[in-house]
Amino acid sequence: MTTVRRRGVWLFTGVALICLLLAGGVSYLADSAPDGLESVLDDGCTETGGELRGSCAGQHARDHALADSPLADYAVAGNDSLTGVAGVLGVLATLAVAGGLFRLLRRRAGKPAGPDG
Amino acid sequence: MSAIAMHASDGLFDAPTSLLFAAVAVAGIGAAVLGARRDLDDRTAPLAGLVAAFVFAVQMLNFPVLPGVSGHLLGGALAAILAGPWVGALCVGIVLVVQALLFADGGLTALGANVTNMALLGTAAGYLVAVALRGLAVRSRAGLLGVAFTAALVNTVVAALGFVLEYAIGGQGAVSLGGLATALVGVHVLIGIGEGLITALTVGAVAAVRPDLVYLLRQRAATREAVA
Repeated sequence: MTTVRRRGVWLFTGVALICLLLAGGVSYLADSAPDGLESVLDDGCTETGGELRGSCAGQHARDHALADSPLADYAVAGNDSLTGVAGVLGVLATLAVAGGLFRLLRRRAGKPAGPDG
Repeated sequence: MSAIAMHASDGLFDAPTSLLFAAVAVAGIGAAVLGARRDLDDRTAPLAGLVAAFVFAVQMLNFPVLPGVSGHLLGGALAAILAGPWVGALCVGIVLVVQALLFADGGLTALGANVTNMALLGTAAGYLVAVALRGLAVRSRAGLLGVAFTAALVNTVVAALGFVLEYAIGGQGAVSLGGLATALVGVHVLIGIGEGLITALTVGAVAAVRPDLVYLLRQRAATREAVA
């Protein structure tokens, strides 16, 4: 039991470190070109002064309501060189939300799955 | 603007369409919450949380697909193969919510549409492909990698088709739907190849270390036990 649990802890820690390394470090190597969706939506429009002109599928796209939030666009207060920090915070936030939800939803040992299980 | 990840923004869809897909997303995520209860226990719950974190991390890693165009993992097939379809849909859904709320990536009014495409449609399609090919996946390591690749490729293309459907219902731009569909599917086949490679690599790595943690492989053993 202890061995199994210890193996689980090692696995959890290892994978968590891989996630932090990817989001905190490898993310600096990400291609900064628009992604497939954005490039297709903007095809036919030109961006002048932050506004799309012309005719394209994305011509009515608006700025994000939270565009001025501290971590917007995976930067820290607009500073792109801190993408890694934003990535690490994102991994921790995702782990907290998903880990918390899945913990709440899980079947407890020894109890059958049910409304209270 | 940095172009890490990047999901549909506000303003692409009209208000009724945004509301419609918000309702679809809520219903789908609700069903996933119910389904996920069966697949989560003390052992799998923490690892399922890691699957979500991994999808978030890898979604940041845009890779080039064409000159001036990048792509990134969506992660639905990956999450479903590792953690099951219900938990997988929740993983991608949580990533999309975190991205929209913390990173201003993916419009708040488009969140329902984004969840419907990537967390629900893409994940379901990827998982169905993986289940249909499960026989190959359990036969050999190469089979597992091939199944993971194919499921992920289908996941990406179906998610793009989901966007086209949403745009057909309530898109707010003056473009031909056929042209949009062709361009979007074309580029997402290329992105899907990247998605397939990442998914095969990841599933292969997990299967090499702990095959018991790959849901797709585990299900077969469970079925056999139930039959025997």
